[in-house]
Amino acid sequence: MFSQLVVSGLLVGSLYGLAALGLVLIYKTSDLVNFAQGEMAMVSTFVGFTFLHYLGFDYWAAFLAAILFAAIFGVLIERVFIRPIRKERVISQIILTLGIFMILRGAAGMIWGHEPSSFPEAISGAPYAVGNWMITPNQIFVLAATIALMLLFFALFRFTMIGLAMRAAAQNLMTSELMGIRTGTIYSLTWAIGAFLGGVAGFLIAPTTFLDPNMMGEVIIKAFAAAVLGGFTSLPGAVVGGLLIGLFENLVAGYISAELKSAFVFFLIIFILYVKPTGLFGIKQVKKV
Amino acid sequence: MIKNVWNRYRNPTLFTLLLMLIPAVIGGQKHLLTTACMVLIYSIIAMSLNLLMGFGGQISIGHASFMAIGAYSSAIFTLKLGIPFWIALPAAGFFTALIGFGVGLPAVRLKGHFLAVATLGFGVAIPELTMKWDKLTGGFSGLFPEKPVLFGYIFKSDLSLYYLIAVVTLLCTWLMRNLINSRIGRAFVAIRESEVAAAAMGINVPLYKALMFSISAFFTGVAGSLYAHYIGFISPFDFNIGISLTLLAMVVVGGFASIPGSFIGALVLTLIPEFTNHVAGLSLVVTGIALVLVTLFFPDGLVSVRKIWQERLKKRKVVSKHAL
Repeated sequence: MFSQLVVSGLLVGSLYGLAALGLVLIYKTSDLVNFAQGEMAMVSTFVGFTFLHYLGFDYWAAFLAAILFAAIFGVLIERVFIRPIRKERVISQIILTLGIFMILRGAAGMIWGHEPSSFPEAISGAPYAVGNWMITPNQIFVLAATIALMLLFFALFRFTMIGLAMRAAAQNLMTSELMGIRTGTIYSLTWAIGAFLGGVAGFLIAPTTFLDPNMMGEVIIKAFAAAVLGGFTSLPGAVVGGLLIGLFENLVAGYISAELKSAFVFFLIIFILYVKPTGLFGIKQVKKV
Repeated sequence: MIKNVWNRYRNPTLFTLLLMLIPAVIGGQKHLLTTACMVLIYSIIAMSLNLLMGFGGQISIGHASFMAIGAYSSAIFTLKLGIPFWIALPAAGFFTALIGFGVGLPAVRLKGHFLAVATLGFGVAIPELTMKWDKLTGGFSGLFPEKPVLFGYIFKSDLSLYYLIAVVTLLCTWLMRNLINSRIGRAFVAIRESEVAAAAMGINVPLYKALMFSISAFFTGVAGSLYAHYIGFISPFDFNIGISLTLLAMVVVGGFASIPGSFIGALVLTLIPEFTNHVAGLSLVVTGIALVLVTLFFPDGLVSVRKIWQERLKKRKVVSKHAL
C-alpha cells in the first residue's frame, strides 16, 4: 500500500507543481502573488472547452487555442489592472488580484454554467502495470510535461537575455530601466508566460477535477502550498514542492483521514512558513530600512 | 464647556439614535429588518477586520473562519453544554480570540503576500474541518442554535432580535473606538507604519501582532455567535472562502482604518447580493468589480469620497482666484 500511495501521490503532486509554476514565475518578476492565477487558468480551460465541444476543433487545436488565449488574457490583465498598482501598497495588490478572482469566478459561472462537465485526457490508453502499481499514459504525460516546462523556463530565466532582463526587473526596477530594459514589456511578457503556464495546467488538470468554475479552487490552494514549500522564487522548488505536497496529502489520506487531507496541507503551509519562511529553495530577502 | 461635551458625544449619540430608530423607519417590513440585522452583524466583523487591516496593516483572507469558530462554539456551548446565551456569547468571543492568538503567531514572521497565503489556507481549512468533524458540528446538516434567552426572556420576534443585535453592535463599536484610541491601538498603527521603528519605540512587535489577531478574532467570534442565534441555523457553507472575500471587500469598499467606513462597507456588501441574487454568480462579479474599482480609483474607500470632493472644490476655487 505504501508504494502505491507514494506513486499516486507523486502523480497528483505533478499537477500541483504544474499549477504552481505560473504563480512562481509571476512572483519572481513582479513581486506579486497572483491570487487570480487559478481562475485565469479555469477561464482559459473553458475557452479551450468551447473550441473543443462547440466549434468542433480536435484536442490539440483546442489546446493551442486555449493557451494562446491564456497568454493574451494574461497580457490584458497585466496592462489593465496590474500595471496601475505596481507601485502601490502590497495590500492593494492582493485585493486587486482577489477582485479579479471574484469577477472571473462569477463570470465563468454566468457564461458556462455551474454544472461540472467531463473533460478529455491528453493521451488516452489503458494503464500500465509497473510492479503492482497502475499508471496511465496520461499521468506519465502530465509528469513529463511538468518537468519539461519547468526545465524550459528555468533555462529561459538562467541563460537568455529575456531571463536576465526579468531577473533585473525583479531586483531593481529603476536601475534596469536605466540600463535600457523595457520593463513594461518584460512585465507583460511575464504575465503572458504565467497565464500560459496556468492555461496548460488547467487543461491537464480538468480531466481530474472535472470542468466547472470551481475546478481550480482546491488545486490552487495546493499550488500555493507547493510554491511556499519551494520558496516561491524557484521553479524547480515549485515542482519539488508540488510533488512533496501530493505525496504528503496522499499519505495523510491513506493513514490518517482522507477527509482531512486539505486541512493537513494548510497546517503544513503554516508550519513551513513558521519554521523556514524561505522554503526549501528560497533565498532570504533582506530589506533595508 | 457644554459645547465641548456636545462635540465629544455628538457622533455616538446620533449613531445610537439612528440605530434605535431604524425599525421605526422600516416599519413592519420584515425583510428589511432582517437585512438591517445582517448589516449590523457584518459591521461588527468589518470593524474587527479593519482593526487588523486598516489599523494594523496586516491582512486576513480567511476571516469567515473566525466567524465560523464563534458561531459553532456558541452553538455547541448552548446546545451541548447547556450554557445560557448571555455567557455563551462572550465565551464564544474568548474562545475565538484564543484561536486567533494561535493564528496570529505565524503572522509574526509573515508579511504581505505570504500572510495572505497563510490566512487563505486558514479560510479554506476551517470550513472543511467543520464539514468533516460531524460528531461535533453536524457536518453537512449543520446545527440549529436556539433563539437567545436573557433572564428568562426569549428573543423571538424580529424586533426584539434587532434590538439585541443593535445593543451588542453599539457595545462593540464603543469598545473598538476606545481600543483604537488607547495605547494598544496606537501600537498597532505604529506597527503598520514601520515595524522596525515600532520596535525601536519599545513596542513588543510579535506580541502586539498576535494580540491584534486575537482582538480581531474576539469581535468576529461575538458576531459569529450573534449570527448563529439570530439565523437559527449554521452550516459550513455559511463561512466559505466566498464569505471571507466578501468580508474583506467590506473593509476595502468602506475604507481602511475607519469605523464609519466599516458600517458603510457592510451595508453596501450586504445589499449587493440582495439586488443580484436572481442570477447565480452575478453578486460575485459585482463584488469583484467593486473591489477592483475602489482599489484603482479610491484606495481609501467610500468614506474618502467626500474628502476628495472637498479638496477638488477647494482647488477649483484657488484656480478661479488665480484666473482673476
